[in-house]
Amino acid sequence: MIVRVSGEGQYRLPDEDEERLNELDNRAVAAVEQGDETGFHELWSQMLELVASDGNALDEDELVESDVILPPRDISFAEAQGEFTGEGLIPDG
Amino acid sequence: MPGLGGRFSTVIKSKISRMLDRAEDPSETLDYGYQKQVELLQNVKKGIADVVTSKKRLQMQSTKLEQQVVKLDTQARQALSQGREDLARAALERKTVAQTELQSLDQQVTELEAQQDQLTENEKKLRTKIEAFRTKKEVIKAQYSAAEAQVRISEAATGVGEQMADVGLAIQRAEDKTEQMKARAGAVEELEAAGTFDDITQLGPAQDDIDRELAQLGAGAQVDDELAKMKAELGSGGGDAPALEKGEKEGSA
Repeated sequence: MIVRVSGEGQYRLPDEDEERLNELDNRAVAAVEQGDETGFHELWSQMLELVASDGNALDEDELVESDVILPPRDISFAEAQGEFTGEGLIPDG
Repeated sequence: MPGLGGRFSTVIKSKISRMLDRAEDPSETLDYGYQKQVELLQNVKKGIADVVTSKKRLQMQSTKLEQQVVKLDTQARQALSQGREDLARAALERKTVAQTELQSLDQQVTELEAQQDQLTENEKKLRTKIEAFRTKKEVIKAQYSAAEAQVRISEAATGVGEQMADVGLAIQRAEDKTEQMKARAGAVEELEAAGTFDDITQLGPAQDDIDRELAQLGAGAQVDDELAKMKAELGSGGGDAPALEKGEKEGSA
């Protein structure tokens, strides 16, 4: 699966990571809904870490669409409230 | 493929589809698409240039504030050596305000600089992708039938479009940020225009609005500390005068 970190670039991740990413995504939504800023930032770092550790940066001349677009790394909690809602970045189902 | 949620995804997707909507005929899409990409790249460059301009403006303002801080400090010392503690206090209050503004300004300039670097990096990536698209379009034109070409074109165009939209969004974000900074910088300018940082020796005896405002800004404790320090320095002339003498309140000449 192809993941873009907004403002940075695209990464190719093994498909198995989708489930893990989705789980973190759902927990991030829960944290945002509870107004838990610290918890959210912790989960957000974990999501970025997963992309960094498992992902391979795409060549700059590759022209492919991303399956998932993550917001910018330095997203604020206020911005996160517009991002991590409902089913999160990665809809379930 | 999973669907996409989140505002960033949605905005990026809608930007791409708007870009792709503009052309219908495949062979036209290719040349038109490329031409459009090159055009948009110019916008990206302009966007980055705007961020740089805003940054420079903030830097200039920061230099000006630095000078004010030095000036007010000197004035406070002068006032104190002439036994005018009231004026010294007023100068130090202004200095504290200027310093606080300076700190936040400097932090914002640093943030903006990081953003500028990232934007420049992304613009480079975008240029690479556009160049890849240019190569690819010639291959597509030469090798594929119309129906097949349509699929390949939309893949390639989406790839470029996503990068384009993402850079566009990053620029927008940087611009929003500089807007906030400008608003803040404007507030400092207003204080300046109102004479907040002016020569304190020109202040009349009456407490004006600025003084009241300054007092509210809670410069209090810091000003007391600094005043005590200055007094110690000026008073004893010796190196090891005590920094604070809180209770001391004789109306010294």
